[in-house]
Amino acid sequence: MSLSIKDDEIDIVIGALRPDLTSFMNEWRTIFSRFHLIIVKDPDLKEELKIPEGFNLDVYKKPDIDRVVGTSTSTIFSGYSCRYFGYLVSRKKYIISVDDDCYPAKDNKGILVDAVAQHITNLTTPATPFFFNTLYDPFTEGADFVRGYPFSLRSGVQCALSCGLWLNLADYDAPTQALKPEERNSRYVDAVLTVPARTLMPISGINIAFNREVIGPALLPSLRLGGEGKFRWETMEDIWSGMCVKVVCDHLGHGVKTGMPYVWRNDRGDAIASLRKEWEGVKLMEEVVPFFQSVRLSREAKTTEDCVAEVANVVKEQLGSKDPMFARAAKAMVDWVKLWKSVGSST
Amino acid sequence: MAEPATATQAAAPAVPQLKDELDIVIPTIRNLDFLEMWRPFFQPYHLIIVQDGDPSKTIKVPDGFDYELYNRNDINRILGPKASCISFKDSACRCFGYMVSKKKYIFTIDDDCFVAKDPSGKAINALEQHIKNLLSPSTPFFFNTLYDPFRDGADFVRGYPFSLREGVPTAVSHGLWLNIPDYDAPTQLVKPLERNTRFVDAVLTIPKGTLFPMCGMNLAFDRELIGPAMYFGLMGDGQPIGRYDDMWAGWCTKVVCDHLGLGVKTGLPYIYHSKASNPFVNLRKEYKGIFWQEEIIPFFQQTVLPKDCTTVQKCYIELAKQVKEKLSKVDPYFDKLAEAMVTWIEAWDELNPTGSSVTNGKAK
Repeated sequence: MSLSIKDDEIDIVIGALRPDLTSFMNEWRTIFSRFHLIIVKDPDLKEELKIPEGFNLDVYKKPDIDRVVGTSTSTIFSGYSCRYFGYLVSRKKYIISVDDDCYPAKDNKGILVDAVAQHITNLTTPATPFFFNTLYDPFTEGADFVRGYPFSLRSGVQCALSCGLWLNLADYDAPTQALKPEERNSRYVDAVLTVPARTLMPISGINIAFNREVIGPALLPSLRLGGEGKFRWETMEDIWSGMCVKVVCDHLGHGVKTGMPYVWRNDRGDAIASLRKEWEGVKLMEEVVPFFQSVRLSREAKTTEDCVAEVANVVKEQLGSKDPMFARAAKAMVDWVKLWKSVGSST
Repeated sequence: MAEPATATQAAAPAVPQLKDELDIVIPTIRNLDFLEMWRPFFQPYHLIIVQDGDPSKTIKVPDGFDYELYNRNDINRILGPKASCISFKDSACRCFGYMVSKKKYIFTIDDDCFVAKDPSGKAINALEQHIKNLLSPSTPFFFNTLYDPFRDGADFVRGYPFSLREGVPTAVSHGLWLNIPDYDAPTQLVKPLERNTRFVDAVLTIPKGTLFPMCGMNLAFDRELIGPAMYFGLMGDGQPIGRYDDMWAGWCTKVVCDHLGLGVKTGLPYIYHSKASNPFVNLRKEYKGIFWQEEIIPFFQQTVLPKDCTTVQKCYIELAKQVKEKLSKVDPYFDKLAEAMVTWIEAWDELNPTGSSVTNGKAK
């Protein structure tokens, strides 16, 4: 862990989609226990949460969410989107968020991966989005910039987002996992790399960390599938949010890293059942990707909030008429910026 | 990973893939002893040795290899006045080997690169991995967070559009190096003891629109798809710059690949790079390049090739034109280089007459 980062600059936000967090919390105890945690209970979850002792945490449930944002707005935090409420009310500089069905992974040497430490390292060392370094992250111990890397680009830019990966149950979509029901990710790739500027990618919400001060408002609940459910196979909300974040980061000159840390994602659910329930999401990306690739923000968009508002506008104009889901997403983005300004900003 | 594999550890594959479709191009001024270690992997293939330096010296090739060898006299004889585009006293001369090859694929390797070991201790067949990389598609239009989706045990992640999952043909496979990393002279001087011991088990496509530093030490490409863009420039004797041959080829190649919708992969395979060149010598060679690359990179980043550039040659000639227009002001060297780029294409077309103007890929 970088000496210059204090533990109290970090919040760990967990969206609880299942009531019993006992084994989850116990597995992460050695890594999480020194930090403050924000646990947000999915407002649709009826059962009581079970959380073991010994953590410094705040728990937010439906009544708390209602109180802060109002009962009509609290619906945006249903399902996996509940964690955005945690991002909203946090006042820390760095947020790390992991799905409640993920445990710490082991690296190639069998050592437990401290995902928090790795995310913080990623966020506190520069990113290099303007030129690709073939030895991956040049700021890692034992690596550097290679021959041919321009010196003027070697100081890099601030890293705003750190996207981790998953061993065991990888973040595949339902058709892919249904076709290969036994496939599990066992390949531990010992690398972190910067995603180049103007390159888009699917940003999974399963294992993610970000600098809230820099891009907080850009991680947002907005796109909700018709059949959205309680398995990642039944959602695209994080993928949509991730595209917005990348476009905003590219515009503002911030970096996005991908690679380590890994988490171990437990087997859960049935890909075929999810596919039967919600298959439209997969089709959506055919529109969404070319759309985001074409988005260009104006010179006047200098803050993250301005950028998000501009993206929302373009979504409304160009995608709104194609599907009411996009029109709703655009509105949700506009509402989120307002909500962030009133609730999310530090007072 | 601390040492290279020994020759006995390297086990030959049952069926050497692309045996008659791939040439191995090796530039050398010393000797080819390193081939002994590669024998199980390389012996089935045809070698093209390009001898740099004094042509009166005899380069001994280990027995049992099928090869053709060219020295400076041969290059002059074959190309006549066009030989001026081939560097002298620099490993950049290797691109002559690309030009005379008649095969579809090229693998090029430096003579101080040995067989590396993977983390399990197994000898890495770098050629086999390059072939895998070249024979499977690339995905330059959208980044896959689990890296190469066509590898065993991997796939496209959630959110990856199905229409982009077919990928595009792979034109270049760029491998990496354990032990002595490919650092520039200033970095070598500051970190003389740094060794690359990190084995990153990934192959990935370099996204469209992103440039990278292409190292020629461990490189393979589809000659039919991208060959004419692999010109390694004017370096060495009589030139103001050295150690930028592969960099130049890489920037040109990436721009052309992006324009034609071809893919470039980087990552595996690793080789074991055994020899660290003298950093002071390197500094003298690279010195100008370090300044010039500050201008060169923005030039390549901003280059737009017109739609009617539908072949590699047309793209390359257009690039040469733009180099002359925009980089001559940096140094008159670029004037010469632009002319040499044109000479190279003329020589390429002369030595590769049929099918050399077949449309490659789709211009964007």
